[in-house]
Amino acid sequence: MQAETALGRAGLWFLLFFVFLAVAVAAADSGFAAHATIVAIVCFGLMCMSAARFDPTTSLNSFFKMPDAPSVYDDDPVRWGVLATMFWGLAGLSAGLFIALQLAWPQLNIEPYLNFGRVRPLHTSAVIFAFGGNALLATSFYVVQRTCRTQLAFPGLARFVFWGYQLFIVLAATGYLLGITQSKEYAEPEWYVDLWLTIVWVAYLIVFVGTLAKRKEPHIYVANWFYLAFIVTVAMLHVVNNLALPVSMVGSQSYGVFAGVQDALVQWWYGHNAVGFFLTAGFLAMMYYFVPKQAERPVYSYRLSIIHFWSLIFLYIWAGPHHLHYTALPDWAQTLGMVFSVMLWMPSWGGMINGLMTLNGAWDKIRTDPIIRMMVMALAFYGMSTFEGPMLSIKAVNGLSHYTDWTIGHVHSGALGWNGMITFACVYFLVPRLWKRERMYSLRMINWHFWLATLGIVFYAASMWVSGIQQGLMWREYGSDGYLVWSFADTVAAMFPMYVLRAFGGVLYLSGTLVMTYNIWMTLAGKLREEKAMIETPYDPEKDRPITDPAPSAVPAE
Amino acid sequence: MSFYETLRHFADSYALIVMFALFTLLCLYPFRPGAGERNHHAATSIFKGNDDGDQ
Repeated sequence: MQAETALGRAGLWFLLFFVFLAVAVAAADSGFAAHATIVAIVCFGLMCMSAARFDPTTSLNSFFKMPDAPSVYDDDPVRWGVLATMFWGLAGLSAGLFIALQLAWPQLNIEPYLNFGRVRPLHTSAVIFAFGGNALLATSFYVVQRTCRTQLAFPGLARFVFWGYQLFIVLAATGYLLGITQSKEYAEPEWYVDLWLTIVWVAYLIVFVGTLAKRKEPHIYVANWFYLAFIVTVAMLHVVNNLALPVSMVGSQSYGVFAGVQDALVQWWYGHNAVGFFLTAGFLAMMYYFVPKQAERPVYSYRLSIIHFWSLIFLYIWAGPHHLHYTALPDWAQTLGMVFSVMLWMPSWGGMINGLMTLNGAWDKIRTDPIIRMMVMALAFYGMSTFEGPMLSIKAVNGLSHYTDWTIGHVHSGALGWNGMITFACVYFLVPRLWKRERMYSLRMINWHFWLATLGIVFYAASMWVSGIQQGLMWREYGSDGYLVWSFADTVAAMFPMYVLRAFGGVLYLSGTLVMTYNIWMTLAGKLREEKAMIETPYDPEKDRPITDPAPSAVPAE
Repeated sequence: MSFYETLRHFADSYALIVMFALFTLLCLYPFRPGAGERNHHAATSIFKGNDDGDQ
């Protein structure tokens, strides 16, 4: 790079560094000042990196690893994405375990930064947007390059997407602990963080569509349809739900433009479609590429995958009102949400069948290939939670289940079972390929991980079913005198054993992820574990002989 | 009729028909004559080439 350009860049970051220091000083509240300080530190770091371009010997020059020839895939953002997935996954799961323990033992609420109200959004955002989001970024960049047979478009912008998204995560996570929230579930970050995410997301769309536009393969593989639907819809949801007016341009407080039931409907239109397009469409894209690749056979029915796609797109967007049963929302809107949720069962199971039947004729791989085993379990949980969801959306069932732990159990069977398992399987698929290793350090450890995670989900979901139904029944029980039988505190005390069992499930699931982290760490270190193979060739020399007996050995049927 | 009612009638009639027709067409599209081979080609396209990093 020219010295003048490098100097100009360094000067620009220096200026921004001072601007954000000034904002930190002038901030209307301490949370905004803390965030301005974080951004100022980032600007300072970028200034040092720009200045370091004068020195050809420093390693800072190769920090962003720009691809130098078009003959190789641009995999560095994918590698960073895989590592970020693991890092944020551990952070998010640990936060989840912590709040599960807080619910069982409230003494663990450490005021003010680590109380339940602040750590809970930290947990949900860390697992959905940090763990899941990085998995989606990494796999989408990997898949779109392979299926289009071309290098990622706009490599500089792709790097901005990755690092900009990490900055979003850091600002969101620190904000929750500092008490900055706009109090919308799964959309807690305040207005300035939302604006930053919008910029990053539009850049993501440009990189993805740019790569599709310069593809060398005539057909756009169906996984890319799902990725594109995920990117476009999340952009729309994010912008509409976060429309807000800040109180001060240097303060963290803002007020949403919607109010009352309209606000509630927009929020749950957002909230449910975040599940539908972030946690379903995006992860189905992963399923449609990585399951056929790992099974080494094409998807069961390409036609079914297209019907799956359009049904999901047309139906999901209407299902949000089922979060607002028996509220001020008009009755017809509640019923509409319920009916569309029930209809969603069909495309969901179509997709599950399509994924599972891809293994048709290769079912033995479940015994021999722990990655396939994880994928099958993920698809099984996709099927189970997309059956449970429509059932819970029926008004009569919702009357019992809503506001209880049953909802929490349902979310976790989807999140831990479907999103978690398919992500783990994809990471196990990617790591040896991205770092050019023969295989993972240990296949047996993948199997341990599989069982730890599966048992963890069983403990989690079963305890939440029991506690949720118990809670719902206790809340609605009237005595013969016409009064409620139980006070709220009675129902909380009754939950205690279930909360402990749920936390135990969390311990198992987190331990599985720790085993995975060790496995990846050793794989990156270039080691191979000496272990017994998952399957050996069975051979019995006694049975491997021709029949020499002249009498027919088979007895005819009566 | 209020603006809400006008929009509501439109949404309950023409918009509904158009969306349903669009959905049906999009679902039927992969079943058009001659699409079988294209679908097969698309489904197997992910197995072409060595994709362990280099093109």
